[in-house]
Parts: sequence; structure tokens; C-alpha cells
Amino acid sequence: MHELPVTESILKIVLRHAPAESVKRIVRIFLEVGELSDLEDEWIQHYFDYLSKGTVAENAQLVIQRTPIMFQCDACAHVFERKREALHDLQCPECGKTECRLVSGKGYYIKNMEVV
Amino acid sequence: MEGIRLIEVKEEIHADNKAKAEALRDRLRGHKTFLLNLMSSPGAGKTTVILRTIEALRDDLHLSVIEADIDSMVDAEKIAETGITAVQLRTGGFCHLDASMVERGLEDLDLASLDLVIIENVGNLVCPAEFDTGSIKNAMILSVPEGDDKPLKYPLMFTVCDVLLINKIDYLGFSDFDVQAVRERVKRLNPGITIFEISSKTGEGIGEWTQWLKKAVGEIRFS
Repeated sequence: MHELPVTESILKIVLRHAPAESVKRIVRIFLEVGELSDLEDEWIQHYFDYLSKGTVAENAQLVIQRTPIMFQCDACAHVFERKREALHDLQCPECGKTECRLVSGKGYYIKNMEVV
Repeated sequence: MEGIRLIEVKEEIHADNKAKAEALRDRLRGHKTFLLNLMSSPGAGKTTVILRTIEALRDDLHLSVIEADIDSMVDAEKIAETGITAVQLRTGGFCHLDASMVERGLEDLDLASLDLVIIENVGNLVCPAEFDTGSIKNAMILSVPEGDDKPLKYPLMFTVCDVLLINKIDYLGFSDFDVQAVRERVKRLNPGITIFEISSKTGEGIGEWTQWLKKAVGEIRFS
């Protein structure tokens, strides 16, 4: 539902990194989005297609890689991945304790982009 | 393809908003004003909890409310009836508040004379979790009729909050809502969270919650 403001930020950032004198067109943009985020990839692309019209980013493809949800066990410091649908089970696979904290799986990041 | 080259970007998409939120927090600390961001689904009881909070704290603290709604004034009018200043922000279709919108809301308030500003965010468990409003603390309400599976369905929201208010506990007798299960699920996602069980209808638990808030406000006021 908040794909629009997120997409506006993506466009603003990539245009800042694509100076008109050296970039004719942005071809692909590589993003990392946390698995905990509820963004729909398809909608980000739709909004991007709409917002980028008339800019060097027009027709650019967004390639979204999901960063996994990782927890670290408080007791033994083991870091482990949990799928979104398995969040009810947060037992450390190493020591069996249930006290652990989220270390990754949130956030949005633009890695790089292909340009011509 | 010919001539394709790679440009490193390496930027957080929300970096702009985060910077604005940090600047806002600094400004608030300068004025010794505490900003609380209150989030929940529609109908979980945000406005009623705010009314109860005003009732409990108005003799001790100078407070105001920022109401965010997609397009109505209903909540701000309810707050204004108590004599407390309420600023209405219409998000114009947006499903959440960000730091710039909150800043605009604060322009109508005299921060120097306020101890506490409560933001009633847009009713939604998804989008508001993603945007830092510049608040000092985040609180959320989960009400009993919504069900005890919400931490599994909307995990992000539960990870960004400092406080969870389990509201409408007067409904517990008519529901299979498992308070213990919610406590365990939430604590595993966010071990630092403080949980209160409240009923904004009967007033149960409101004292504990408002004491917590008063103490948190005090930490800023007397810092």
C-alpha cells in the first residue's frame, strides 16, 4: 500500500546517480528489500513505470532481491534464518533456547544499476 | 548488450525520511517535548485510548494530539471536545505518516509549552511500520476482537514498537484470544517491548500504561 512513496524515493535516488551528460538510459536497478516488508514487487514496477516517464529511468526494470529474516540467539549467539510463515517457531536450532533477536529482514536498499 | 555499465548506488531508500526523523527528534529533545506515535488497525481503539490517556495525564502534563486520517475530521473533533488542542492532518490517500507530514502538524503547535504530543497514525498495521515519524517512542494497540494471530501476520509492526497495548480485554470472556500466546509471540519478535493489558471501556490497566508514559515523558522533561 505504501509502494508509491517508496517508488518515488527510488526514482529520486537513481536520477541523482545518473548524470544526464554520461547516462543515456537506466536499464536495470538492483534493489534489496527485507522479507519482513509487505511491498508487492509488481506494484513497485507499475508505479515506477508511471513515475519514470520522460526521464532516463523510463522502461528500467527493477530487480528486487529479498533479504532473509535472520535472528541471533541471545544464549549462544548462533544466527539463523526464519521464513515469514515460520515466525511462530523461534527456537534456536543450535541450543534450543527461545530468547533471540531480529538481526535482519527489514529495510530497503538500492545496490546498483545498469546504465547505457 | 553493448555499452552497459554498472553504477554503484548503495543508498537506503528511506534515508531521506530517516534523516528528517532524526532532525525532528533532536528538535523535540531541545524543547523537552515527548512525541509518541500510536499505531493500530482501524477500530482497535486509538482515539478512545488517547481520550483515556488525556484524562489521566492532563493535570500533570501539557499535551496535544496530532490526528492523521485519510480524509476526515471525526477523531480531531472528539479530542477537541476535551479542550485539548488537536491538529488534524489529512494524508490525502496516503496510508501512513512520515517525518515531513508530522513536522507540518507540529507547526501548528507551540512545542516549547508542550510536554507530550501524541500522534494518532493512520489505522493500518502495514505501512506505518515502515516510516519513522520522528517520534521518541512507538506504541501500538492490538485489540482482542482482532485475534491473537496478528503478530504472525504483521510481524514488522510488532518489531518497531516500544509498547504494545492489548486493548478491549473486557471482551476476553467472549473470545478465544490467547493473551499468553500473544505475549510470547511478540516477545520473541521484540524482546525489549513493554506490554500492557487494558480496557479503554472499563479503564482497567489504563493506570499502568499512563504511569509508564508519564515516566518516559519525565525522562525527556528532566534530562
